[in-house]
Amino acid sequence: MIGLHVGTKSRLGLGSLGLLTLVGLWQCAVQFHLVPPGLLPAPTELWPAFVSEVSGGFWLQSIEDSLVHYCAGLLIGSLLGAAAGLLCGSVPLVDAFTGGIVRLLRPIPGLAWVPFAILWFGLNNVGATFVIAISVFWINFYAAYGAVKSVDRELYEVAAAFGHRGLLAQLRYVTLPAASPGLLAGLRTGLGQGWMSVVAAELFGVPGVGARMMQASSLLATDVVVVYMITMAGLYALTDFLFGLVRDRLLRWQG
Amino acid sequence: MTSLVHVEDAGLSHDGGENFIFRHVDLSIRQGEFVAVLGPSGVGKSTLLRVIMGLVPPTEGQIALTTTTEHKGNRQAALVFQDARLMPWRTVRTNVELGLEGLGLSRAERHDRAAQALQLVGLSAEADRWPRQLSGGQRQRVGVARALTVNPDLLLMDEPFGALDAITRSSLQTELLGIWEKTRKTVLFVTHDIDEALLLADRVIVLAGKPARVQGDLQVGKRPRDPSTPALRALAGRLRSLIAGEDDPGDSAYWQAAEI
Repeated sequence: MIGLHVGTKSRLGLGSLGLLTLVGLWQCAVQFHLVPPGLLPAPTELWPAFVSEVSGGFWLQSIEDSLVHYCAGLLIGSLLGAAAGLLCGSVPLVDAFTGGIVRLLRPIPGLAWVPFAILWFGLNNVGATFVIAISVFWINFYAAYGAVKSVDRELYEVAAAFGHRGLLAQLRYVTLPAASPGLLAGLRTGLGQGWMSVVAAELFGVPGVGARMMQASSLLATDVVVVYMITMAGLYALTDFLFGLVRDRLLRWQG
Repeated sequence: MTSLVHVEDAGLSHDGGENFIFRHVDLSIRQGEFVAVLGPSGVGKSTLLRVIMGLVPPTEGQIALTTTTEHKGNRQAALVFQDARLMPWRTVRTNVELGLEGLGLSRAERHDRAAQALQLVGLSAEADRWPRQLSGGQRQRVGVARALTVNPDLLLMDEPFGALDAITRSSLQTELLGIWEKTRKTVLFVTHDIDEALLLADRVIVLAGKPARVQGDLQVGKRPRDPSTPALRALAGRLRSLIAGEDDPGDSAYWQAAEI
């Protein structure tokens, strides 16, 4: 690393500059026909596309549709994943028993579950929720598992010395608070992974941002595709920002 | 005076087999006594403390803790750890309240008692800080407050000042004596520092050997103490030979001479 410290303000400035550079290069590439026409929409074409999506009501509607299964999938996947990770991390017997199952299921991407999602739940919010929940599940599972493993064992003795014994008391007085940085890091990664899975979950027609994107791409309306790509980036940035505020508040003991 | 702690023929083995850490340990501590358990590092002093506290069941023998008073919000015994072991996600105040939780006290009662304990160790101003913002000595004071706040019949201290620098250690020893004189708690204090034992305790119990046994049980005498006086130097020599397993009272003269 080059040893020049970059302050928060100049960081923000440089970041904006980088974005502007990207958009500028992109605009030039299209304007001066450095890429074959029709393959890439120019940034200036995006605004009209965005306006027409908004005024047609598609934009807000697809965000609302996506948010339903994004939130449900995120909630279910995070809760189950964190709970399973906590359980496997703290009970060696469960850990050993599930070791093989975890190895078998872990490498299967969320997308691979789409056929089953359709079969089991149909082309609807429930099916999409299932696909999102699965991909979020594993992130939280491993985050929780690792977080539990790295809890300072000696703190269990402290809790016991002050009258807090038994599995539930250990969980409340030591495991959960001590593992909270890891748990929250898992949740945060899941927030991003969730948006990525939204596209996969909607590939086959469950309405939402991803489905709208697929429709536009089948009509070669690349400008609309890019509008929704940016929409998702914006939604992710917003959820991540809000989550960051909560996280900083919860972990202020770390300084 | 009644005996508060009574240990009879206690032994603890690592594996439940013949590999004993300590064995045939008998000791009895009266209420209000300040007793030091002295021995070399790794002899099993801390483990004995945990057995007395009930954190580790003994492999053999009997441990009896006589509870004198049954008050709401009190615990029979409390432990001060060597390295403070505060919970980093709790503030100073809520760390001190740890032992009060689950005893049916109201939030206000917990606050009051934690505030009293923090005042006793001189940390009232730090109540809302995080452990990471404290010095080593302050952290250990919080550890002492956390133990005192449950108003224990027995205060167990596991080399509480061992990890501190000499100046901080000395001021905490003085503070502890002040607190002890005010509260007259029964204290069982583990240390490997002979001078510390002589400075603080009414009685010094020497634990040594393999498996460890009680090698000696000496009264220290009047307070205030100055471990550099000839009488205490002689006692230090006697303790040193007990630790080394040379249990010959004649040796103390030799040690005394060597010290001077």
